[in-house]
Amino acid sequence: MTIHAEPTTSPATVTDCAVELRGVSKVYAGGVHALDAVSVDFPRGRLTSLLGPSGCGKTTLLKIIAGLLPATSGEVLVNGKSVRGPGPERAFVFQDFALMPWATVLANVAFGLHLRGVGKAECQDTARHYIAEVGLSGFDDKYPHELSGGMRQRVGLARALAVKADVLLMDEPFSAVDEQTRRKFQEDLLRLRAIENKTFVFVTHSIEEAVYVSDRIVLLSTRPGRVSQVIAPDIPRGDDVDAIRRHPVYLDTVDTIWRGLKRYLD
Amino acid sequence: MASLRRETGAESAADGLGLSRLIPFGAFAPRTALLDREPSALAAFVSHPLTLRVLSALAICLAWEGAARIPISFAFPTFSATMVALWSMIADLSLVHAFAITLQPLVVGLLISTVLGVAIGVAMGLSAWVQWLVSPVFIVAQAAPLAALIPLIIFAYGIGLTAKTLVVCIMAMPVIVLNSYVAVRHAPVSLLEMGRSFLGGHRQVITRIILPAASPVIFAGLRLGCAAAFVGAILAELLITPVGIGDLITYNRSIADYPKMYAAILSIVVVSVLFIELLEVIEVTVFRPEKRARA
Amino acid sequence: MIILGYRIPMAASLLVWGALWEIAGQLQVSFLLPPLSSVFAAMVEIVPTRTFLSALWVTGYAFIIGNFLSIAVGVPLGLLMGRSVIADRIFLPWVNVFLSAPLTALVPVIMVLFGLGQTTIILTVVLFAMWIIVLDTRAGMRSVAPSLAEMAHSFGASPWQAFRRVYFWAALPEILAGVRLGVIRSVKGVIIGQLLVTIVGFGALFQIYGSKFLMEEFWAALFILFAFAFLLAEGLAWLERRVDYYAASRA
Repeated sequence: MTIHAEPTTSPATVTDCAVELRGVSKVYAGGVHALDAVSVDFPRGRLTSLLGPSGCGKTTLLKIIAGLLPATSGEVLVNGKSVRGPGPERAFVFQDFALMPWATVLANVAFGLHLRGVGKAECQDTARHYIAEVGLSGFDDKYPHELSGGMRQRVGLARALAVKADVLLMDEPFSAVDEQTRRKFQEDLLRLRAIENKTFVFVTHSIEEAVYVSDRIVLLSTRPGRVSQVIAPDIPRGDDVDAIRRHPVYLDTVDTIWRGLKRYLD
Repeated sequence: MASLRRETGAESAADGLGLSRLIPFGAFAPRTALLDREPSALAAFVSHPLTLRVLSALAICLAWEGAARIPISFAFPTFSATMVALWSMIADLSLVHAFAITLQPLVVGLLISTVLGVAIGVAMGLSAWVQWLVSPVFIVAQAAPLAALIPLIIFAYGIGLTAKTLVVCIMAMPVIVLNSYVAVRHAPVSLLEMGRSFLGGHRQVITRIILPAASPVIFAGLRLGCAAAFVGAILAELLITPVGIGDLITYNRSIADYPKMYAAILSIVVVSVLFIELLEVIEVTVFRPEKRARA
Repeated sequence: MIILGYRIPMAASLLVWGALWEIAGQLQVSFLLPPLSSVFAAMVEIVPTRTFLSALWVTGYAFIIGNFLSIAVGVPLGLLMGRSVIADRIFLPWVNVFLSAPLTALVPVIMVLFGLGQTTIILTVVLFAMWIIVLDTRAGMRSVAPSLAEMAHSFGASPWQAFRRVYFWAALPEILAGVRLGVIRSVKGVIIGQLLVTIVGFGALFQIYGSKFLMEEFWAALFILFAFAFLLAEGLAWLERRVDYYAASRA
């Protein structure tokens, strides 16, 4: 397990970065200082978590990366190019699923493709493929209100996968479902990572979740959000996913992070 | 257990037919398995929704018939007499002609109000300065008794189709505009962000997300506007111009042919209810198919 | 609405419309639209006159009695429907029919049965106002969270106590919303009643001014009526806001 006390900008030769943040700050109208000069790299092909107490600005940071919110200062580089708005190389998974209640599962998953002008037949084929990949085959013609919370989030995930973006941005995607479903999702996420060669940026407030799924964890401090630590736990993720939670490195990491975060709570 | 005893007391009053099981809220009906009883088959039949509807309709008709035979008033015809009169008016086509006249300004006015009203309301929802400029007008119009303007319009613009269409429009538009505005403003923020994150253009977000999300409230406004339009059309006819359904009502009242008068009134009420139901069908079919699945 | 960084209130746009009206009136665009200033002058003139005051009295009388009846009948009916599924299934279709039917068409029936006096006008007011009160009260009752009901029950409240201390207050925001909408409709009801039934009160005023094309007086009377309706609606909205603080967190 390697812990860096200071955030490092890794040399560009080792792993190139899908997303880089340089001195990103966000001040809302009314003076709320959400983020303060955040500089972080997100290595390509890895899953990086943003972890921190409530109000530390992790969702704000994620939306700035997605281009849904403008940064007050600083730069966001995606694949080496500075971006200010949404782009085809990034896809977002929402905490409250953001499904259109009037559309079927198929229509929802195909939505992103449809907006980009992909032909109808191709849209539907791609959508069906990803619906199957998230395990919802047979539910193509159902409406969101006929699905459970876990299934709705899988639709959201399929929609984000369908546009074949390089970077997948996930905003506390598993926080709106029950504990058992959440654990199942975490396992599925590991499997997904093995199959799809994407960069994941994952926002969560759960320490266990972050250590379970991530290659790197970026810890943010309370408002104004700054990077307080970057941790890269070295947990072997073999075939037995249940063994991860008993691995000593996992347990130590969780413990260290919790002791560090406790200081920020009143 | 004192609370259980109290439950039994309250329960027995309502529970003669085992109907307490059908009352949803906790405090009024015991929820414990001990006190749950299976309702008898008869009780289940009587409290079935369709049975209740048919029974209540029948009860009203019988009450009408009975009350008229008492008689409550010489001006209160029996249900059967009204039905006979209704049939005779349909048979001799007088009802059909009357509706042909009354429905013209109504349908035209409603179409104009819908197109204009929804457009203005959506524009208000999307643009702050449009909202600033236009909403006070409609807020005042919504609260005010616009019916007072009707005689004026007729005086000024005569009794033709134009004047009556104008009347329908001023009655229907305020509620359509305001409902559309509220509907657009209440489009869920996360859906809008989702649209933007998938690179939806401005127009795409409006047509594919905002409008479908807003359609239930917009259609509620259309239904209210439809009711107001009918009020406007009938008021115009009752007040000034002796044509159409209004004419049937006033003429038959003046010659004291009450069965026909009531029949005419009943027919316009039924038609307005049908129009409103039609709007609901359109909404479910075209805009919100999941409502059908939900129902 | 923000111009040059200053927030401009919405009511200010009414000033814009007022200015447009004044201009249109001065230019005599249509005989229906006298200049706004002369309308205000007429307002000052007609208010103290006896005709106006007696019209106000007649209208106000029917309005108040009608609303009182609507609330006295409508709220209990709505509470009953919200509480009892049987009552709900019996009455709801009719309430919906009356809510969406063109009530104006039913006024001749009332006229024929109850004559051409104040009774009919009061009944017209009730006819217009009651249904929305019933519907909103019912919605308020139904929205009382089951956990609140269970809470009252678990602490041993009798049905009347539970109603008085919990359900009534829980449903109050919706009840007030319904009363506000009912009052607005009743203003329309009283005017329509007066136009159709018997030419008294404000209906008479409009008839007189309109038929003689005394447009300044007509608009003046209309403004006063509109202002009254608007103030009433705002007053009730204020009352609604007073209970609003708990409305959102009732679940």
